[in-house]
Amino acid sequence: MGKTIAEKIFDAHCVDNPSDDVYVLKLDVVLCHEITTPIAINDLISRGKDRIFDTTKIKAVIDHVSPAKDSDTAMQGKILREWARRHHIEDFFDIGRNGVCHALFPEKGFARPGFTIIMGDSHTCTHGAFGAFAAGVGTTDLEVGILKGVCAFQYPKTIKINITGNLAEGVYAKDVILSIISRLGVNGATNKVMEFTGPVVEKMSMASRMTLCNMAIEAGGTSGICHPDMTTVEYLWKFIQDDFSTRDDALNAYRQFTSDPDAAYDTVIDHDVSRLEPQVTFGFKPDQVKPVKEMSKIKVDQVYIGSCTNGRLEDLWVAAEVLKGEKISDSVRGIVSPATSDVYKQAMEEGILKIFSDAGFCITNPTCGACLGMSNGVLAEGEVCASTTNRNFYGRMGKGGTVHLMSPATAAASAITGHITNSKLYKG
Amino acid sequence: MRNFSGRALFLDRSDINTDEIIPAKYLTGFAKEELKPHLLEDLQMEEFNPQLDVQGSSVIISRSNFGCGSSREHAPWALEVNGIYLVIAKSFARIFRQNMFNCGMMAVELDPRTIDHVFSVFSGPGTRIVTDLTQNIFKIAGNDQTAEIPFTISSFDRALVAAGGWVEYADAKY
Repeated sequence: MGKTIAEKIFDAHCVDNPSDDVYVLKLDVVLCHEITTPIAINDLISRGKDRIFDTTKIKAVIDHVSPAKDSDTAMQGKILREWARRHHIEDFFDIGRNGVCHALFPEKGFARPGFTIIMGDSHTCTHGAFGAFAAGVGTTDLEVGILKGVCAFQYPKTIKINITGNLAEGVYAKDVILSIISRLGVNGATNKVMEFTGPVVEKMSMASRMTLCNMAIEAGGTSGICHPDMTTVEYLWKFIQDDFSTRDDALNAYRQFTSDPDAAYDTVIDHDVSRLEPQVTFGFKPDQVKPVKEMSKIKVDQVYIGSCTNGRLEDLWVAAEVLKGEKISDSVRGIVSPATSDVYKQAMEEGILKIFSDAGFCITNPTCGACLGMSNGVLAEGEVCASTTNRNFYGRMGKGGTVHLMSPATAAASAITGHITNSKLYKG
Repeated sequence: MRNFSGRALFLDRSDINTDEIIPAKYLTGFAKEELKPHLLEDLQMEEFNPQLDVQGSSVIISRSNFGCGSSREHAPWALEVNGIYLVIAKSFARIFRQNMFNCGMMAVELDPRTIDHVFSVFSGPGTRIVTDLTQNIFKIAGNDQTAEIPFTISSFDRALVAAGGWVEYADAKY
């Protein structure tokens, strides 16, 4: 019997099998940010265990509230910063060099095929786009990851989602993943890995694959995962060129982390996207999804373009194409947050930020802030936000506020009209 | 080991997420005790008043996918500082469930029919649960009714509860 990617990664990393289907895995990377890590650090100190299993495998960033908004968030940054210095963690990214963790760490080449990755953040599933097993965990799992370099998981069951057909122009990875979550439900993939495969995924950029994998958790999935291919190798090449003589060598090495044709899946789903229209959420759960055209009466107070889901350069390009030469509605506050410092710089050099600015958008620094209602774009009670983020829970972006999730194209178009609107890039 | 018995709080809805259990704006503190007044603050449900209903409760009983969303361990901590060490539900989000056992607390799944039965017979403010961890039985009493409900937890989860959580377990073993 063949194996899935996730099973192969588990088999290659298992250090203990304490009961039934529980595997304790050796970790290749432990990612840290300033919201969930400082409490782990303080707890390690209080236990007299302020140690790190391997400083080269710890990567840390201040991203959730950056710049700090008050004394508490300043202290969270300070604890993480001082810990990184004390332990000589080289890969620590502070303001000016930082970015939203799930955009920044892949950009730095830290996600690789076959890796095991944890972080105290539910959207860690994003890194599975590189053919890694990447899972969000709580602070205690993170703490043990930092101290011992291990984490326990159930042996993975995998849902194979074979994405077929041809995406219409103006329809994006965000629309695809929203349609998949709508189909599976918010707990349709709980305790399972979501393996995204098929011709549509093969054609997708790494940024689009990250958008897919990012929202696996919104269906309850432990990790998203994509097969590593030449697109993966090209993305990683500048980080791995000393390890392999050619790109083909790298691809051959990474092919060990692809699922066997006779692998046993929990479920196999064929998801044809040929007729898929741009999608948007309604209500307060990410599986409540409708075509944009059915939601066009909904007025929006704020439009937010950014986050670990859709704040990469590719996302800003699309939004800028919609916004070029246009002005956003007087009734809308537009906020764009390039996901990383490099995305910000490139967007500036390519003139994308000018398009946003000319259209009337506020350009903020890279941060997670608005997505979870912490800073840089919190909603007031009764307000509505068209957002490229990943969660539309009640009050998520501010108590009493409503969030509609959508692609950057739809968000940009909605900013212009002041209500939820299909972009001109969609010709359907 | 903790006490997993006491008054039950019934939350009759699926998909209660960790933003509802503890909103993100409270994630900037350092003391778990600071979370205490904010447990379930943003949960909008008919006839639910977080200020009144949380106090004195020791067990939460809910429907499916309890604890979905963010990985924040502040959700179990907010329960912990309110003296709630046990959640019983039809199903849990993976990270929340793991966080509960990692803290030496329990998140126990019961089959759908049993959960439906518990809600229909025992739902109300006076219901109490006694957890017998040697026999794996919840003894439930309320609304002039009693029942003994068997449950299962894995040997690994039981070891985490006995050890007081994953840090102690892992540090001793790995």
